[in-house]
Amino acid sequence: MIEIKGLHKSFNGVKVLEGLDLNIKTGESMVIIGRSGCGKSVLLKHMIGLIRPDSGSVTVDGRDVTRLRSKELDELRNDFGMLFQGAALFDSLSIFENVGFKLIEYSGLGFEEIKKRVSESLEVVGLKGIEELKPAELSGGMKKRVGLARAICTNPKIILFDEPTTGLDPIMADIINDLIRELHDSLEVTSVTVTHDMKSAYKIADRIAMLYDKRIIEVGSPEEIKASDNSIVRQFISGDAKGPITKK
Amino acid sequence: MAEYSYTKKAGKIGRKIFNLAESRVAHFFQYLGGTAVLGVRTVFWTFSRPLRKWQILEQMNRIGVESFPIILLISFFTGMVLALQSAYQMQKISAEMYIASLVALSLTRELGPVLTALVVAGRCGAAITAEMGTMKVTEQIDALETLSTNPINYLVVPRFIALLVMLPLLTICADFFGIIGGYLIGVGKLNITHAMYMRMTWEPLAVKDVMTGLIKSISFAVIICIIACFEGLNAKGGAEGVGNATTSSVVRSFILIIVADCFFTALFYFIMR
Repeated sequence: MIEIKGLHKSFNGVKVLEGLDLNIKTGESMVIIGRSGCGKSVLLKHMIGLIRPDSGSVTVDGRDVTRLRSKELDELRNDFGMLFQGAALFDSLSIFENVGFKLIEYSGLGFEEIKKRVSESLEVVGLKGIEELKPAELSGGMKKRVGLARAICTNPKIILFDEPTTGLDPIMADIINDLIRELHDSLEVTSVTVTHDMKSAYKIADRIAMLYDKRIIEVGSPEEIKASDNSIVRQFISGDAKGPITKK
Repeated sequence: MAEYSYTKKAGKIGRKIFNLAESRVAHFFQYLGGTAVLGVRTVFWTFSRPLRKWQILEQMNRIGVESFPIILLISFFTGMVLALQSAYQMQKISAEMYIASLVALSLTRELGPVLTALVVAGRCGAAITAEMGTMKVTEQIDALETLSTNPINYLVVPRFIALLVMLPLLTICADFFGIIGGYLIGVGKLNITHAMYMRMTWEPLAVKDVMTGLIKSISFAVIICIIACFEGLNAKGGAEGVGNATTSSVVRSFILIIVADCFFTALFYFIMR
């Protein structure tokens, strides 16, 4: 359970989030939609403690992320996996070292065991035998999948996806969407996805929340969102250039 | 009426100047505070686990071993130039043998540490900033944190330790090769005998000369590491941001190295006189 209450955040005097509330239940797949630059990624980074809020709280399974000290935060992050927008693979390390990063650094497991876990994770995302390559040798879609393998390698309980389909061709985007949904179901995790791609949102989500004007303005199942009578939500999901969002 | 508009205009300009000055001052103190905090955290993490030996060795190789050839070249030629330039004056008063002392002292006290630090700041400081800046703008630093790894522990500490060890070692090499350069000119071209050159090199050279040079180079190592890492970790806005960070990393460490050099020279002058 992730509980966000009264979240405020501003950068250099510009308010990005203002009194945002959102509840994400354990085991559900929540998708947060909104326009580019409206603060979706900022919201996501609050959940894993990468950004501290100006005020408000983010509670993950009873622990307030915003008040944890760095050691406790590191412990909390053992429950998380995160896929970044550009995959954020460490380009000085091989794919094996990237995916197995946490196991190599902290688990104390033997080399063979780590190797097994890494190749299992890579197999789940449909990549095999690329352990020795460097990230620079991979295509965008492969990088995303390696990022995904790194996120699931430590058996997290919560996985965060930051714009998983941005910059991919439509077919690869759909492959990633299917992968995220499959992983969510098979690993029984809570997943939070940030996207502005509605096709992706409908495919991944149990519930969709729309972020607009520094707040969550609507939460509901994909069907409820499709049938919403909020004119802002309607404009966003239909992707019209004219409407209440662009009038402002 | 005209008078009124003049005062209004003056007020506007005054306010603009004030705002600019205010933001500059605020930025200066932010920078000072930021680097100080980074310095303290780096020292803290240096003494906490895990210490990454392989990474430290890799950085030592990059900073020390790979900088060695250029340090050798620069210090060797500097030693030769020093000997030749001073020969003009020394020959006039028939004091050629003092060229040896001049070369030895100016290299160990001043040129060895400063030239080495400037080369390393330009070569390795820039590389550190560019690497970390790229990691920052591509969210790799954030990714490190989500994997429960402190970026200071993982990235800054190995570079810090490597610089602290390698810069003084490179400085000693620079001193040595500079003196050899001076020797070649002195003995080969200026007709000073081998025995005389060696005597005039070693006689005035005290342990304190070498030590003050090394103390300087340790402080330069701290400056290079903290400035380079701070600029890298605070890079913003893609390729351009990384470029800007790299430029200001080199410029700021150059300035600070010279300022610190002046400070230590003055300090040693007054306490060791």
